[in-house]
Amino acid sequence: MTAEAETIKMENNNRKAWLYLLPAILFLAVFMVYPLFDVFVYSFEEGYNSASQTFTGIGLYNYSYVLHDPYFLQAVQNTFILVIITVPLSTGLALLISVGLASIPKLRELYQTVYFLPYVTNTLAVGLVFMILFKRTPYTDGLANLLLSLVNLGPIDFIDGPYWAKMFVLCFYTVWVVMPFKILILTSALASVRQDYYDAARIDGTSRFRMFYKITLPMISPMLFYLIITGFIGAFKAYSDAVALFGTNLNAAEMNTIVGYVYDMLYGDSGGFPSYASAAAIILFAIVLTITCINLLVSRKHVHY
Amino acid sequence: MENKVSYETIERRDQRWQTVRHVIVYALLTLWGITVLFPFYWMLLTSVKSYASYNGEHIPAFFTLSPTLQNYTEAFTAVSLGRYFLNTLLFTVGTTALMLIVIVPAAFAFSRLNFRGKNILFALFLSLMMIPNELVVITNFVTVTDLDLRNSFLGLILPSVTSVFYIYLLKENFSQIPDELYYAAKVDGTSDLKYLLKVMLPICRPTVVTVTILKVIECWNSYVWPRLVTDDPAYFLVSNGIQEIRENGFGRENIPAMMAAVVVISVPLIVLFLIFRKKIMEGVARGGTKG
Repeated sequence: MTAEAETIKMENNNRKAWLYLLPAILFLAVFMVYPLFDVFVYSFEEGYNSASQTFTGIGLYNYSYVLHDPYFLQAVQNTFILVIITVPLSTGLALLISVGLASIPKLRELYQTVYFLPYVTNTLAVGLVFMILFKRTPYTDGLANLLLSLVNLGPIDFIDGPYWAKMFVLCFYTVWVVMPFKILILTSALASVRQDYYDAARIDGTSRFRMFYKITLPMISPMLFYLIITGFIGAFKAYSDAVALFGTNLNAAEMNTIVGYVYDMLYGDSGGFPSYASAAAIILFAIVLTITCINLLVSRKHVHY
Repeated sequence: MENKVSYETIERRDQRWQTVRHVIVYALLTLWGITVLFPFYWMLLTSVKSYASYNGEHIPAFFTLSPTLQNYTEAFTAVSLGRYFLNTLLFTVGTTALMLIVIVPAAFAFSRLNFRGKNILFALFLSLMMIPNELVVITNFVTVTDLDLRNSFLGLILPSVTSVFYIYLLKENFSQIPDELYYAAKVDGTSDLKYLLKVMLPICRPTVVTVTILKVIECWNSYVWPRLVTDDPAYFLVSNGIQEIRENGFGRENIPAMMAAVVVISVPLIVLFLIFRKKIMEGVARGGTKG
């Protein structure tokens, strides 16, 4: 083939490839790349008016406003409590369950199928079930209080009652929702540990606990850290679980999350402030990025690849 | 000799320990199984209790002797559950179909065609996977509002279409098909498009099915974006519908009817899951995340 023909063929291929990629590039450019830059622009535009699309200046006022907004501080507090409680709890519980699953001879698939169910359910819909399980109404104290009364603890309204009770339900529901993914990942990680290691250890008379600590844990540590990292990211973005339990007015319920704050600023009863929403979203992004970097640094020390 | 223990004794002791351990493990696993299943049982149970009997129970009853389907008729007549359902179906089918139309050619180009800037572009695509949705949703909301697409299916669907991760997943799968097949097809004078549709897609069907199902689940459960761009109940999806029902429907306190609506919303995905159980779990294990 002559050099000229080669060039023509290459060019043809070029044009064709870009044609195939055109839809994806268009969609990504309009709905991902452009918004990514735009959100920073918004966050620096002071006094933005969405009706006239004008702003009064450029600066850091939006960030300062958000950081001094009691609702935002409440949302940050809620989100951090939620993260600190649910990430270790759900990861530890999932590890325990997966190890249990790996050790039983029968019914493993049945258990796995059942455990996966929450993944395919609508968070909003099932949240409603959790709400009625925990809610006190004029007619009934609800099922959760029935259980509490068995140990002589007095009726508590978990949905409209004290802060810690609401936080408990939120954490409980969040753990319930995130467990399927973690169990699935850990179960497949455990299944991929080679049986030889255990056989060798058994010949040496190693105890079960030691085998878990010295073989299982190091072997699945990459997956475990993957789960911890995605767990942190996911928990920081909590929102729909809270809406499902406490309704759309999360500020009134003192149960707002950072993502909830962003959406409330954007739209809804207190909405219409894309600048504040952008500033809050960028603060959230900065927090998540920092935590993820810390996680990666820690994992470098402890993960065996 | 105090140290002499027969082999049989050791074996028996070991066996006994194993049994005890299994009993404990099964008990704990069952406990979590109950925790998972109980909310489903409770919603089914409550949905077949009559309004009067539900509100008459000061101490909630764990079963009912007089089940009724009244709540289900109520769910479809008193609120527009049917409409929410239809909207979600349209949204899910529209988004998933459009997604496939967008990502299949893109994955094909990345895996099969050679062009200038391919590697840089692919790296750019991959880096987009790290962008959290929360950052881009703000501008998208403004864009859709400016285009006057609020309360329309286009406004709902368009920003939900692309998924870089699925392009990546499909590209990896396409790349595994041997080159010889492509050259053979070329010699026969098959066009690229025909090769993609007649050879590649059928070979990679399992991945395409997995991607489709994962997207369907995502669409069926999506809440945040639909809530932002729709405030007209005529365009509500099930998630927003259930929130609307909770806040304004059925005179608020008709919990059995609410639960009937919840059952109706949950059943399609559970059925889909039971049919495609293996595929869904494999797909999620390969890289799905929750949310």
